[in-house]
Amino acid sequence: MSTKNRIRSGTLAATALMALSLTACAPGGSAPAESSSEPVSDDIAGAGEVTLSVWDQNTDEGINEAQESLNAAFTEKYPNVTIEREVQSFADLKTTLRLALSGDNPPDVIQANQGYPDMGAFVEGGLIRSLNDYDELYEWSSYYPESLLKINSFSSDGSEWQGDNLYGISQAGEVVGVYYNRDILEQLGVEPPTSLEDLESAMAAAQAAGIQPMAYGDVDKSPGIHLYGVVQAALAGADVVNELATGQGGAWTDETSVQAAEVVQSWAENKYLTEGANGISRDEAIAAFEAGNAAFTISGSWLQAQFTESMGDSAGFTTLIPEGEETPATTGGESLAWAITTGAENPDVAAAYIDFINVDNAAQVFLEQNSLPAVLPDDYQAEEGTLTADVVNAYQTVSESGGMVPYLDYSTPTFYDTLSSAVQQLTDGQVTPEEFAEILQDDYSAFLESK
Amino acid sequence: MSAAPLLNTATGARKAGATTGRTRRRAAGWKAYLYILPAVLFSVTFLIVPTVQTGWYSLFEWNGLSAATWVGFENYLDVFRDEDLRDSFGHVGTLIVFYSFVPISVALLLTMIISRANALRGMSFFRTVLFLPQVIASVVVATTWLSIYSPNGLLNTILRAVGLDSLARVWLGDTSSALIAVGLIGTWLNVGLCLVLFLSGVGNVQPELFEAARLDGANGLQEFFGITLPALRGQIVVALTLTVVSALKTFDLVYVTTRGGPGNATSVPAYEAYSRAFVSGQVGSAASVAVVLTIVILLVTALISRLQPKEAE
Repeated sequence: MSTKNRIRSGTLAATALMALSLTACAPGGSAPAESSSEPVSDDIAGAGEVTLSVWDQNTDEGINEAQESLNAAFTEKYPNVTIEREVQSFADLKTTLRLALSGDNPPDVIQANQGYPDMGAFVEGGLIRSLNDYDELYEWSSYYPESLLKINSFSSDGSEWQGDNLYGISQAGEVVGVYYNRDILEQLGVEPPTSLEDLESAMAAAQAAGIQPMAYGDVDKSPGIHLYGVVQAALAGADVVNELATGQGGAWTDETSVQAAEVVQSWAENKYLTEGANGISRDEAIAAFEAGNAAFTISGSWLQAQFTESMGDSAGFTTLIPEGEETPATTGGESLAWAITTGAENPDVAAAYIDFINVDNAAQVFLEQNSLPAVLPDDYQAEEGTLTADVVNAYQTVSESGGMVPYLDYSTPTFYDTLSSAVQQLTDGQVTPEEFAEILQDDYSAFLESK
Repeated sequence: MSAAPLLNTATGARKAGATTGRTRRRAAGWKAYLYILPAVLFSVTFLIVPTVQTGWYSLFEWNGLSAATWVGFENYLDVFRDEDLRDSFGHVGTLIVFYSFVPISVALLLTMIISRANALRGMSFFRTVLFLPQVIASVVVATTWLSIYSPNGLLNTILRAVGLDSLARVWLGDTSSALIAVGLIGTWLNVGLCLVLFLSGVGNVQPELFEAARLDGANGLQEFFGITLPALRGQIVVALTLTVVSALKTFDLVYVTTRGGPGNATSVPAYEAYSRAFVSGQVGSAASVAVVLTIVILLVTALISRLQPKEAE
């Protein structure tokens, strides 16, 4: 017995020591040196045979087709380039990208979510390269408005969002707002709402007529961020939320943010939101809206193609104007940023690729697929009375008037989790609006202190 | 797990060699180690190194990408200080009831009934049906139950059909019912496993014992507590170990059905470890949760194994 024990503990100690010696250095190591200052080039045809590994999340209807045709057009232009596309849903990409990037063989081109959780962490880890040199080469600054470039920028150490270095460019414009069913609103005799007050009275009218006011399913946890974001922007206005989300000032416990929580909770209590929403998937809620079983649903422009296809012109889109202001304020910005990894073997080809799929003729391809491009062509005019016109107009008005606020989950590295869980608790009556605000503020202030 | 039998083989080989002189013993010992080398390499690479690595990571604050900061045992203190993490261990306690205690009780009851009706027709068919949940992929199980629990799913339809409208709800979306709903999936999963174990145990009891008891006028209950239950002690310990560990390790059901929601009502340590490591970039904290979970599982298993009857060893 004792020999057995001795052998056992001896072997265990030996293996433990061996394993320790294999790992005995702080994980992560140091960030790789800044990308070399080699001159950049746009000579792709002369680059030889190149395989570009690309990871994206363009799975939504319309956008997927747009991506496929852009890829095909690029390889047609440069037959020496082969594109290996790996496409995953947003949530899957968010979890697998971290591992892929920290491995020895990362993809060349990726779509990175903006803000601290993803892009900030990638920059801090030296995993994606600054695109300032390619920005000069391809003149992206003259194509994109500054507000859109800012969202894709960080300081070189990843500590300050909207810093001096550009890390990606985006294809699609995004604006989150209130989709409505034109037929139902006509039947109720109400106009498409343009303020929170209008929206609430329209929902009350729908409820009185026995129609589900708003389709909402939050089992996937992300729709809650949009619900709260839209209400908060409509109450607090764009400037306040912008300062808050970028860490420049304010607190989640401020009056308007708490009020927004009160509104969201009252919608759940009054059954304006689908009952038991925390157990209903985003897709189920969207399907209910498409089937004409609900008057409204809150979501983003990425559903434009799907709703155009399924509902035709009976779907409309509107954004809410804060009290005492002239123009709407709402969540929005642009789709995930196309970025180049520091491990990319041929950054020149990668840059030409992202320039091609984002800038050159991308806007037209997106419009053909009923999707909203980040930058609309100058001469573009949407057909009146269509969902496309609603979405395009909302996007243009909100961007031009400075009414765009970033996705709230950009705020801190853990905010996606904190906020989405807290909204579930809020709609389920598990926390009061004040407690909800405290939960957000705790996460927020801990992050600001750690910076 | 796999290291222990390996070591036993090694000592066994040494003992066998001991009878035939010093030199041969040494040679035989040396060769014996060669035989186990592939298995040792395998378990060191895929089990021991990752385990030690996880322990090492748990001492750092690390987002998985950039350089890490040494924080000592801070992450472990957080496991106890952080309300969400504490809750997740509490939830697992509830799950143990539904994954382990309930199925074992139900299976014992069924065993009592079935073992009385010893010539039940189509027994093997029922056994297969009851065991089926164990062989279905857990994602399929979770998706099936997602549909059963949905607002217009089977459960709510039945409740409404029998006039219990007030009970109908979105089971997985309601903070008060979500954890129990997940637990009941576990119950459904584990009843079959326990029953098959117990039935095989009852099969080992000599029929004369039952006959004798019946001749003495014992009723069903007396028979059960006098013969069946003591005879099943070994099987119950095995069932306890398997089901309690499966409750502690729960990840797949939670991941597919609720993602830890609503709020954090169904978060469990394994899900927290996953979400911290891969979603919110808190690798150190995730590793410490994993280490604590492993220790808890080892402790619980050790405690349960003390219930094992001595002669079974």
